[in-house]
Amino acid sequence: MKFALKHLKLAMAGVAMMSTQVLADTHFLIPGGPGGGWDTTARAVGEALVKSGLESNASFQNMSGGGGGRAIAYLIESGNKKGDMLMVNSTPIVLRALSGKIPYSYRDLTPVASVIADYGAFVVRDDSPFKSWKEVIARLEVNPGSVTVAGGSARGSMDHLVAAQAVKAAGVDGRKLRYIPYDAGGKAKAGLLSGEVKMLSTGLSEALDMAKSGQARILAVTAPEPIADYPEIPTLKSLGYDMEFVNWRGFFAAPDLPQAQLDEYTVRLQKLVQSKEWEAVRARNGWLNLFKPQHEFIEALEAQEAQLKVVMEELGFVRR
Amino acid sequence: MLDGILVGLSTAFMWQNLLYVIVGCFVGTFIGMLPGLGPITAIALMIPITYNIGADSGMILMAGVYYGAIFGGSTSSILINAPGVAGTVASSFDGYPMAKQGHAGKALAIAAYASFTGGTIGALMLMIAAPLLAKVSLSFQSPDYVMLMFLGLTAIAAFSAKGQFLKAMMMTVFGLMLSTVGIDPSSGTERFTFGQADLLDGVSFLLVAMATFALSEALINVIRPEKANQGSNDDDTPVIGSTKLSGAEVKEMAPVVGRSSILGFIIGVLPGAGATIASFMAYATERNLAPKAIRERFGRGEIRGLAAPESANNAACTGSFVPLLTLGIPGSGTTAIMLGALIAYGIQPGPTLMQDNPTVFWSVIVSMYFGNIVLLILNLPLIPYFAKALTLPRSVLTVMILFFSLIGVYLVSFNTFDLFMMVGFALVAVVLRLLSFPMAPLLLGFILGDMIERNYRRAMMISDGSISFIWERPLTLGIFALAMLVLLIPLKEYFQQRKVAQ
Repeated sequence: MKFALKHLKLAMAGVAMMSTQVLADTHFLIPGGPGGGWDTTARAVGEALVKSGLESNASFQNMSGGGGGRAIAYLIESGNKKGDMLMVNSTPIVLRALSGKIPYSYRDLTPVASVIADYGAFVVRDDSPFKSWKEVIARLEVNPGSVTVAGGSARGSMDHLVAAQAVKAAGVDGRKLRYIPYDAGGKAKAGLLSGEVKMLSTGLSEALDMAKSGQARILAVTAPEPIADYPEIPTLKSLGYDMEFVNWRGFFAAPDLPQAQLDEYTVRLQKLVQSKEWEAVRARNGWLNLFKPQHEFIEALEAQEAQLKVVMEELGFVRR
Repeated sequence: MLDGILVGLSTAFMWQNLLYVIVGCFVGTFIGMLPGLGPITAIALMIPITYNIGADSGMILMAGVYYGAIFGGSTSSILINAPGVAGTVASSFDGYPMAKQGHAGKALAIAAYASFTGGTIGALMLMIAAPLLAKVSLSFQSPDYVMLMFLGLTAIAAFSAKGQFLKAMMMTVFGLMLSTVGIDPSSGTERFTFGQADLLDGVSFLLVAMATFALSEALINVIRPEKANQGSNDDDTPVIGSTKLSGAEVKEMAPVVGRSSILGFIIGVLPGAGATIASFMAYATERNLAPKAIRERFGRGEIRGLAAPESANNAACTGSFVPLLTLGIPGSGTTAIMLGALIAYGIQPGPTLMQDNPTVFWSVIVSMYFGNIVLLILNLPLIPYFAKALTLPRSVLTVMILFFSLIGVYLVSFNTFDLFMMVGFALVAVVLRLLSFPMAPLLLGFILGDMIERNYRRAMMISDGSISFIWERPLTLGIFALAMLVLLIPLKEYFQQRKVAQ
């Protein structure tokens, strides 16, 4: 019986393989260097695709440069010829298109699906006098320049915009917020721990690492609703501020991707996020699932674009 | 601590972990030797493999690749003037002239011994004082980095030959200017990109180093074959030289290596600096400390000028494990990948790592001793074979240098724009070198300029536009005073000499 079951499973796997062989194995295009967030996501998705038997072999190509613009240009230019290319990207594609750093937007590509999410988080050092987000806001209401906020990138980057938006939701002028830019997330963390700055604006996954090791406390997170695994972390919404922000990571294909291929990718990614192989990879990296097929993904992109545009206009990064 | 070391010993000396150290060191040396290609790519590609072998073995393997690359990177710096990794750029300042003068064997041996000592002293300090040193990494704030980099800039004098101070200054300013290309680190606006998307991310340090050293050297060899042949290999003299060091040389270098290892380690501990800065700083410090007669030999094949950066970069590489393992703060791209791997193993980086996962912490440190021995054993016997490259006819060697430098830069970015930019820089460098402008100050200005700017602007923002940050903290003021001292002492000597002359 056991033997027969094993064979049945194998046969079923074989059928599954055959049905997915309509489309070749995916070639992942990564707009940044090895080891970055995009790189980890693409390689993790590729690994899980292969392990779960959805693909026999995934390949990867790192193409950094031009703030991610080079990879987009390459996808537009040669993605259709090969027809197997998926580019990983995240919120910066919206952000950099708005600020004009890249001459493209997601509209020049075919959004396929978003896969995972991270949220903005505000972190203070363990010995900070601030015990809650409300206390930070109370201080900012007296003097908006009194709390220095660190982030892992230049002004106008995601860390900055999320912080500005969060204080604005509490009625504080986002332009007066003192954002201190660092060269990378790690350096910003060092800045917070050295006592140089009072608060850190970062992603939830990094914030959780700092909180778990007892170095820092998370005051608030920008998730739309409390996070299942960490219900004790207050969201801005639960504190009564109308602000949410999702940093998605997802995949794009070349423009003019045939509908059949899009459907195939969607099915494949959907099967992937339900697989136990993906679950292992996801848990290992501390990611949160956010699977959105194309139409939902585009809606989210449009909403995010509108949201970011307002903040960027207010802060003067985009002309009205 | 003793328990920890014992745990580390028993884990690191399991046969499969010994094997991973050897594999890591071998891969690292190889990757390091290829000009341009650094440990970051190798480690990133290894990550999927390391998930299957457990956290201890994975970290041991990746660490081996990291310090192995810094160890091996000096080979191409010395032999063909093309730095293998950014951290060994300074090793070519004196290493390459030594090779040219027919002492390639000795230069490679010095690099190997200095690397070994730097790595071992680093591992020792890591073992004794890692938790204590965590406080050091967090005691440095932006103003302190500004002053540290300022102290580094005072080394320009160290990179200028006699009577060429003005030229060295001009090259430093050129380097500072180059470092401003790309996205402004504070405001996020584009600077000097001329609408070129390829310039958005700035110019890579390795590209500039490769263009101004290896490429331009090869081109000059083509233009002026008669100059290149001096003391070189078209006659029948052996060019590799002996790998043996004399007792006097060992005695001379021992204090240099000791000081540079400690300096390098401390700079490596700081998350805002790293192996490259450490090697430059050690080079400059040793030049300033050397007696006058030896000081003038720096840049022309002085053994101290090779031993200093080689021990400092390996010690700094080891030092960068302090913020990584005790605080969860990556100081470089390579350690950032290793941090990601730690998290993926389900290990919580930060101050609790030492208590929660003592095996990971201690086995990595203990494996470093073994790794350094492996590297020494691996590298020393190979020296004569590597050095054989120099016995190739110049017409072949020059072409190979051109090929390896261009391929090296291309393999990092896969961008043809970088190749054109590199050739452009090399042509400019050829003209400047023919006018006897020194190239090292350009690199110094380039690497320090970016860090000074970021930290200075951050310090100004935090202090709300006041320069009071210079004297508000004793550490900042102390480094500032040291920098002024280094600047002013040569001036005093200069005026004394004038007085005597009068």
